[in-house]
Formats: sequence, structure tokens, C-alpha cells
Amino acid sequence: MSAIIELSGISKQFPGVRALDNVEFSVEPGETHALMGENGAGKSTLIKVMTGALQPDGGTIRLAGKEIRPESPGAARAAGIGAVYQEVNLIPTMSVTKNLTLGRLPRKFGLIDWSAARAIAKAKLARLGVDIDVERPVGSYSVAIQQLIAIARALEDDARVLVLDEPTASLDANETERLFEIIRDLKARGLGIVFISHFIDQVYRISDRITVLRNGRRVAVGTVEEIPSLKLVSLMIGRELEHVEHQRPSTETVTSSKPILTAKSVGRRRLLEPFELDLRPGEVVGLAGLLGSGRTETAKLVFGAIRHDSGEIAIDGHPSSSHSPKSSLMAGITFCPEDRKSEGIVPELSVRENIILALQSKRGWLHLLSRKEQERLTAEMIAALNIATPDAEKPVGQLSGGNQQKVLLARSLVSNPRVLILDEPTRGIDVGAHAEIVTLIRQLAAKGMALLVASSELDELLTVSHRIEVMRDRRMVGEISGAEATREKIIQTIAAAS
Amino acid sequence: MKFAHWLTGTVFGASMLLAGAPAHAVTIGFSQVGDEGDWRPAFSKDMQDEAKKEGIDLKFADAQGKEEEQLKAVRAFIAQKVDAIIIAPVVVTGWEQVLREAKRAGIPVFLADRDVDVTDKSLTVTRISADFNLEGRLAGAWLAQASKGQCNVVELQGTVGAAPAIERKKGFEAITSQFPEIKIVKSQSGDFTTEGGKKVMEAFIKSTDNLKGICGVFAHNDNMQLGAIQAMKEAGLNPGKDFLLVSVDYVPAMKDELAKGEASASVELRSAIGKYIYPVVLNYLKDKKELPRWIKIPSDLHHAAAPND
Amino acid sequence: MSTPTPGTPASPKPAAEQAQPSALKALLRHRLVWPILALVLVLIVDAIISPGFFQIRIVQGRLFGNLIDILYRGMPPAMIALGMAVVISTKGIDLSVGSIIAVTGAVMAWRIHEGDSHYVILLTALCVGLACGLWNGFLVSVLEIQPIIATLILMVSGRGIGLMINLLYGGTNPSFTSPLLQGLSTGNLGLVPTRLVVGAVMIVLVWLLVRRTAFGLFLESVGGNAKSAWLSGVSSRLILLSAYLISGLMTAVAAIILTADTHTSDPVTSGLYSELDAILAVVIGGGSLAGGRIYLDGTIIGVLVIQALTTSILTSGLPPEYNLVVKAVVVLIVLLLQSANTRAAVVSLLARRKG
Repeated sequence: MSAIIELSGISKQFPGVRALDNVEFSVEPGETHALMGENGAGKSTLIKVMTGALQPDGGTIRLAGKEIRPESPGAARAAGIGAVYQEVNLIPTMSVTKNLTLGRLPRKFGLIDWSAARAIAKAKLARLGVDIDVERPVGSYSVAIQQLIAIARALEDDARVLVLDEPTASLDANETERLFEIIRDLKARGLGIVFISHFIDQVYRISDRITVLRNGRRVAVGTVEEIPSLKLVSLMIGRELEHVEHQRPSTETVTSSKPILTAKSVGRRRLLEPFELDLRPGEVVGLAGLLGSGRTETAKLVFGAIRHDSGEIAIDGHPSSSHSPKSSLMAGITFCPEDRKSEGIVPELSVRENIILALQSKRGWLHLLSRKEQERLTAEMIAALNIATPDAEKPVGQLSGGNQQKVLLARSLVSNPRVLILDEPTRGIDVGAHAEIVTLIRQLAAKGMALLVASSELDELLTVSHRIEVMRDRRMVGEISGAEATREKIIQTIAAAS
Repeated sequence: MKFAHWLTGTVFGASMLLAGAPAHAVTIGFSQVGDEGDWRPAFSKDMQDEAKKEGIDLKFADAQGKEEEQLKAVRAFIAQKVDAIIIAPVVVTGWEQVLREAKRAGIPVFLADRDVDVTDKSLTVTRISADFNLEGRLAGAWLAQASKGQCNVVELQGTVGAAPAIERKKGFEAITSQFPEIKIVKSQSGDFTTEGGKKVMEAFIKSTDNLKGICGVFAHNDNMQLGAIQAMKEAGLNPGKDFLLVSVDYVPAMKDELAKGEASASVELRSAIGKYIYPVVLNYLKDKKELPRWIKIPSDLHHAAAPND
Repeated sequence: MSTPTPGTPASPKPAAEQAQPSALKALLRHRLVWPILALVLVLIVDAIISPGFFQIRIVQGRLFGNLIDILYRGMPPAMIALGMAVVISTKGIDLSVGSIIAVTGAVMAWRIHEGDSHYVILLTALCVGLACGLWNGFLVSVLEIQPIIATLILMVSGRGIGLMINLLYGGTNPSFTSPLLQGLSTGNLGLVPTRLVVGAVMIVLVWLLVRRTAFGLFLESVGGNAKSAWLSGVSSRLILLSAYLISGLMTAVAAIILTADTHTSDPVTSGLYSELDAILAVVIGGGSLAGGRIYLDGTIIGVLVIQALTTSILTSGLPPEYNLVVKAVVVLIVLLLQSANTRAAVVSLLARRKG
């Protein structure tokens, strides 16, 4: 069988970095080919080359045997290469129809033919088995539906290759399953799929072959049978992975100490049912639940980013009258948000400025940390969290997703918090960084910090948490701790709550 | 302080001076542009005061600078069957239709201030206004006389493309070009503002090595000249003594400068022009005699008590 | 504790070949290179078309010359542009600065007419600027109206307010004399024009506020990502409000200098289009209307580029009909050089030629 798309000898040089070095990559019709690698391995660059967003310094791209040189994503799409990126590139305020037909609006007598446009939008979605109201703005749909709309937009009628960059990052299990059905269907129609994900189990469920990149080089290619998961991870990080899974922390040490933060029947109407929560020094509390169950809302409410309208939050036993991000910060509570891009990083500011931001705002505007002090703290954090950046002055927006996440962690940690609230700390992060963060959470707890970790990954929660609060439909439905904390038990709790 | 009326502009339509009060109260509609600047509110006030004196029932409409407001006002005048309409037009174009309506209703239309662009010239009776060109010529003539026909002049132009700037420049040059020894050596736009005049004069002072060889300054309005005077004084120069400064408008602040002898002359842009306009209108209503297309309101030039000689 | 140094030593490469192009490239990449280059180019053209352009003499006991003029005339726009840079760094814009000048000037002339102490008037003028800034800031930060709309309100109404103040005591374009205020604007301290001293003091004050307190970091974080700044404990609302207050205050300083310069209050034309020059200066200086960064040095250079251009057009003897076109063309060239794309093209072109 001949490849539908074949990249050979692709090289790309950035100032100071060889992002791609003579890389080979090909996808066959009806194949799902996973592209794996740590952050900075060259996955994004390779995709950008494939989709015309970047021009390679060397090498050739062949589509169905014919050499092409896509000069822009539009040109690539016209040639039959569609791509959907991790951050959905739709215009949320515009209708689904407009998003799907923008730039290709059908015209009648020189005027836009909206009914034809609607029909086109409907048809595009129907190919993915999606039937929604195409007049509503994209922003009014869930992330999962938006993802499908983005796929529909990427697929021209004669598309031959579809690139999916972390398509499941924001999806829950059901939504992921639905996406996989669509992928299988597209495969059956002869499309070649390039699949990028940090969920290793998903990679094995959906992929036929795997290509592993490391430091801009292709280090392995083979079928999923040829590259089992343990080998895959070692190939990606270039060393043997220690087994961190399910070494659950012991619970005895912490239960006796006095809580730092207590939430007493705290809730917010139409958003969260009232709940109880204690955060004790040295204890990691997990927040588990499906997408939309209220994990993020709970974390934000505890931090003060969402105002509660019932109950009381007390810090060291004293009720906090005006609970806000600022007051939490002053009390030694910090928060790493889930949505890095919109709530986390300040992209134009440097790594240093991003890291010291919360500490500086805690100190007040008049007491500027000296430049020397800032640099010292930044250097410490870069070293401690292993942040991959050429220097502390690089704008954070130019770092990879995992490193941005680490910068956010550093921002929280540098102010020496007593309570750390993490919302999806490992989302969109590669395996190596994932393990580092898990280890870090444990170390922090061991040093006496109280942690609240919201995550969609049960294994991660089981690995780090002393106690797990289970959420469902914006309600806390159960608490699991000690030996009974297992995957099955959590799933049972979620299911039993109905 | 004495101001001599040095020169009076050529006057057409001497008949306007012979106008007497009409037997019955005449109703006139006057559509004014708006109330921007100093001159126009004074003009509006004079029109209303003079109407009272003449016993005219004046219907005054302020168009607030908007074309459509003005058209509305004129149509309202037609509906009210006024005896005559005076328009100070907001814009030059777009008048054909409404003027035809007035003509059909048998109401004569007079223009004050600006002209309108219509193919059928019979749609309006006449235009009664000051003549920017004449103002320029007056300034030029005065300068030629005061410098005895020998002068290097720097010019502060008004806003580029504005009618007063174009016409005042043309008029000034029409006279000074008769004198081979009068040259305009520098010319820049000061946008009719004091700040602009000051800025431009500062630059002139630098680029001419402290106005070396310059004898006169012609500014298209007083505000710019006032700025130029400040700039010259700050550079240690003596405006009005070592330089002849002539401008147009004759605003109150310029009166003071003329009194102090720091400016030389200013051509008055009259705002009290009701006394020139109404007689023309009233006479026409009486005898319907054809008038020249443009009746120019005379301009006066005022100069400092002791002009330098 | 010491900073851990990266363990990789610089690889031994032929230094002569390597250092040259990379040093040049680094220089070309520095954000101030293009605005400074533009300034130098304008000055070189001046030197060619009008000899003696750079001459500085002492006239009437003060420095005198085109270069002094550029600084002298550039001082009020520099004040406005610095305030604008602060606002723009928060992803905002202040279209009302021209109108603030008109209102402040009108209040000054009125209070002088009423016989207030001129020191009090100085304070009053600054308070008028602050009040205007407070109004803008209130609309933007509390009512969350988009800055362009919020400041448009004062932009449109300000000149009318100025005219109404003039009418309070019957004057149209009233003039005044004030040794104190005119001294600040047109006087000199020793050889140096007083307004340059005032300007330098204000520049230092703004620099201290932005770079020697955490205010600058908070401004940039609010402009770069307001949600993130808020979650990091920065009071975005307060920061936004203070940005417009600073813009109002700096504009008031400019208004005092400009009004005392011509010692009249002319609300219709004073400070007309100054918002556009201020925005342009910020952009020439490397600022982006998308916010998130503030470059005080670049902004000052931007002001000087625009002012040098204006002064040189005035001295060049070019017919005034060309003024705006020449200005537009030069600004276009500067902005093209500023754009990352053009810059990348130039850098790669040079690199290719070298390599």
C-alpha cells in the first residue's frame, strides 16, 4: 500500500534550536498514525510543516505521490490536508454556519445565499454524525461539540489527511468514545489520520502505527504491537520510567492536624450545591468527577475566584468575610487554573515576570522585588521545576504547553503558599513532565502544604491524593480515602449517585 | 487709542444704502450654519439685532453644521410662506431641489457668506458677503505701501484647502506681484490657530537665521499672527517695530496688539453685516430689480497708531 | 544563594565569523533600533536640505536652534504620549486627551479671569486632568465600557465643555497673562527652557512609577491577560482606573504648557488631533495596541520622530500642501520597519548576504 502523505528528510531550524532534523513520516490511507514525543520534541513543528503553517528548510512532502509545497494552512486544506489544533480555532461569537462556511460562502446573484450556507454546514456536520442547530453561536456549545465543529471545518469534501492535535484534551470519556467512532468512520473512508495525544491508553486504542520524536529526530516508528507502552514512554523521554502508579500516600499522618481552610456548606446558586471541605497541612485532597461535574467550580470557589452565596469559608478558624483571589493570596492560598491560555499565563511577559506576578501582588505595588531577587527566585524555580527555557527573559507565550504549566506552578510556589489549589495540573503535558508534577505534589504535601487537586485523570488522583472528593452534577457525592480508593470505587460512587 | 480707517473696499450695489423701512412687517427666514468660532455667533446676533431695528419678523434657524437640518429649515420657511429666505450654506452642493421649491413658491433666496453650486443661477437672487480675495488685496496693498514696495515676506497660511486661505493668498499675491521687490520667501500653514502660528514662526526664525532680511509677515488670520508675535518676542525680535505684521480678522486681542504697536495692521472681517444684507433684501422685495450675482461687503483695514516708516 | 549557571560551555567556534553576523542580527532585533534609525534618518535629511539645522546658539540667554525646538515642541506631546503608553499597555486607548487639553485650558483661563492664585490654578489644572481621567477610568474599569467608546464620550463632549466654560464669563478665546504659568511654558532656567526641565521631571516620575514600583508589571499583566492578573491577586479594576488617571494627569501637564504658551483658551483647536500623534508615538516606539507591554523609552523616541518630522517640514520650505503626505509616508516607513514581518525579512536578507 502506498502512503497518502509522505514527508521525507524534513528539517527546520529555529534560532538556536534545530526543531526538526531529517525527519521521515508517512501515513497510509485508512491508517491512524500516532505522533508521540515530549514537549519540544518537534511534534508541533512537524504538523505545522505538514499543514503549511511553516516552511521546512529541507525535505519534501508528497501527497498521494505528488510533491506539494503548501504555503499556508488554507493551501494545505485545499490540497486535502485538514488540521484541528488543541486550542480550538473557531470564532465563538459567530454562528456554526458562519464558522463552517467562512471564506467559502455560497453566493446567489452576488449575495450570500444563507440557506445554501446552512445546508452546507449541516452536510459537513452530518458526515461526522452530528446534528445540531447551526444558527447558534459556536461558543454556546460544549467544548466537545466545538471540537467536532472544528473537525467538520477542517475536512474539505475531498480531504485525504486529517491531523488531530490533542483532540481529546477537553473531552470526557463518553465524548472521547464518540470522537473515536468518528475517527474509525473516517478511516474506513480511506482518510489518513495523524493523532497526537498525551493519553497513552487512547493512543493504543485508536492507532495503527506510532512514530516517536525526540529532540527533533525520529527515534522510532512501528506498529502498536511493535512498540508497547513501556517502551514508548522510555523512547519518548529517553530513559527508563520509574513506576509511580498507585503508590498511594499513607493517610495516618495528616488526619489529626488542624485544618488551614474549612468550607462549611459553601455553595453558589445554580452553580454548585453546598459542600463541606477541610484542607489540612500535609494532605492532598483530590476532586474527581466527569467533565462538567463541578470540579473546576469547586476549586475556584475555594480560592475565591467564584464568589459563594451560601455557607462560610474559614481560614485558620477565622471566617473570611470577603473571599477573593487577593484575600486568598494574602492568606497563603494559591491557585493554578485549568485554562492556561485564558486564565493562566500572561503571554507577552517573560518567564521571570510571570513567575513573580503573584508574589509581587502579595507584596503590593510599592514594594517591588529587586531585579536581583526576581532573578534569583526565577532561577530557583526554573531549576526546581526543570522548566525548559533558554533564559528567564523569554516571553512565556513562546514556551511549550508543559513548560507554561510549570511556569504557572512556579508562580504559585514562589509565594510560599500554605494551600495550593491545582486544577488539571497535567492537562496537555507530556509524560516526563507529568511524572515530575506528580512527584512534586507529593513532595509539597510531605513538606506540610495542603493541596486540593482537581483532575479528570483518575490514575493521577489515586496516585497523589490522601482523600478524594467525588463530584457529580455540581454536587459533592462522596468521599473516598485510604485503601478503598480505587478506580472502580470512584466510578461506582459517581454511578451510584444518580 | 486711535484707529484710522485707512482704506475702504470697493463697494458694489450702492443702492443698499438707500433702503428705507417697509410699510408692513416683512417676514424673512434666515438659516445659519451653526455657532462655531467667534465670528459666526456675532454674525447671528447682529442679524437678529438688525432685524429688530428694521422691523423685520426674522425666523432664525441654526443648522448646527448639518446639511439636512438646513434643508429642513429652508423647507419649513417655504411652508410658512415667508417673504424672503437668507441662507448661509453649510455646504456648497445639493441645493438645486430645495431652491427650485422656493422659486415655485415665489420666495426669493439670498445667500450670505458662502456660495452654492447650482447650474441655474436664477435660483438665487444674489450673494451678499465679504470677499476673502479683497481682504488679501487690502493686506497686500497696505504692505506694499508701508514697505515702499520693497519687502521679503513670510506668510502664515490658513488651513490647506480652506476657501479663506486660498482667496486671501490669491488676493495678496495679486497686489504684491505688481512689485518686483516684494517676495514671499517662506510660506507655511499654521492651521488658523495661535499655536500653529507660533510653531511655524519658530521654524521660520530658525531657518532664516532670526528673520535676517525679512521685513514683513502676512498671516491669513489674527490668531496665527498672535502666535507669530509671541514666537518673535521669545526669540528677542521686535514685531511691529522691526517687522511689518499684517493679518486678517481684527479680533479683540489683535486690537490690543495694534495698540501696543506689536502688530502693524489687520483687515477687519465684519460680523455686523446685517446692515448690509437687509437693505438689499428689502429693496428687492419692493422693486424686484435684478441685482449683481455678488454684492461684496466692504472690508476695512486698521493699523497701529504709529506705523513704522 | 547564587544563580545556577547553565552547565554547557560555549562551543569553540571560529569567533570572527560567528560573532559578526550574530551581533548585527541581535542589534537589528533590538526593539529600539528602528525608531532610533528613523529619527537619525529624519535628522540626516534635515542636515542635507537645510544647512545649519543642528546649529545651537544662545539667544536672549537661552539655548536656541532647531534641535532645541524639537525638544521644546515635543515636550507636550511627550507628556500625552507617556500617559497614552500607560493606557495602551492595559489594552486600552484614550481618545479624549485632546479634549482634556481643551477643558483644562478653558478652566485655567477662567480661574485666572476670576483672580485665583496662580499656584492654586496650577493645582486646579492638574485636578481637572485627574477628574477627566477618573471619568474615563470609571467608565472603563467599573462600568466595563470598551475604552474606545468610553473615551469617545469625553472626546466629543470635552470641546463643548471648554466652550461653555469660556462663555461663563462672556469670553470667546479669552487671553490672559500669568508670569508663573507662562514662565513654566516659555521661560527658561539658566540656558534651558523651563518646560524641558518640567518634562524631564515628569518623565523620571513616570519611569519611577512604572519601573521602580510593581505598577508597571501590574499594568502589563492586566493588559496581557486581565483574568490571569486578577487570579494572581492584581486588582485589575484599580490598575485600569489608575492608568486613565495617569493619562489625565499627564495630559493636564501638557495642557498647562500648551495653554500658557499661547496664553489663550481656544477649546475648538487646542490639542486637536493630539490623541492621534500620541498613539502614533507609542506605536512607533514599539508598543502594540493589543496591550501587554509598555516602552517608555520607545515612546519618547516616537514623539521625537514625529516632532523632528514636523519641525523639518516647517523649515524645509516645502509647500504646506505636502505636509501631511510627507508625514504619512515617513510614518508608514517607520511602521513597516517596526512590523515583525518586514523586520524578519530584512534580518534574513542581511543574514543571507553575510552567510
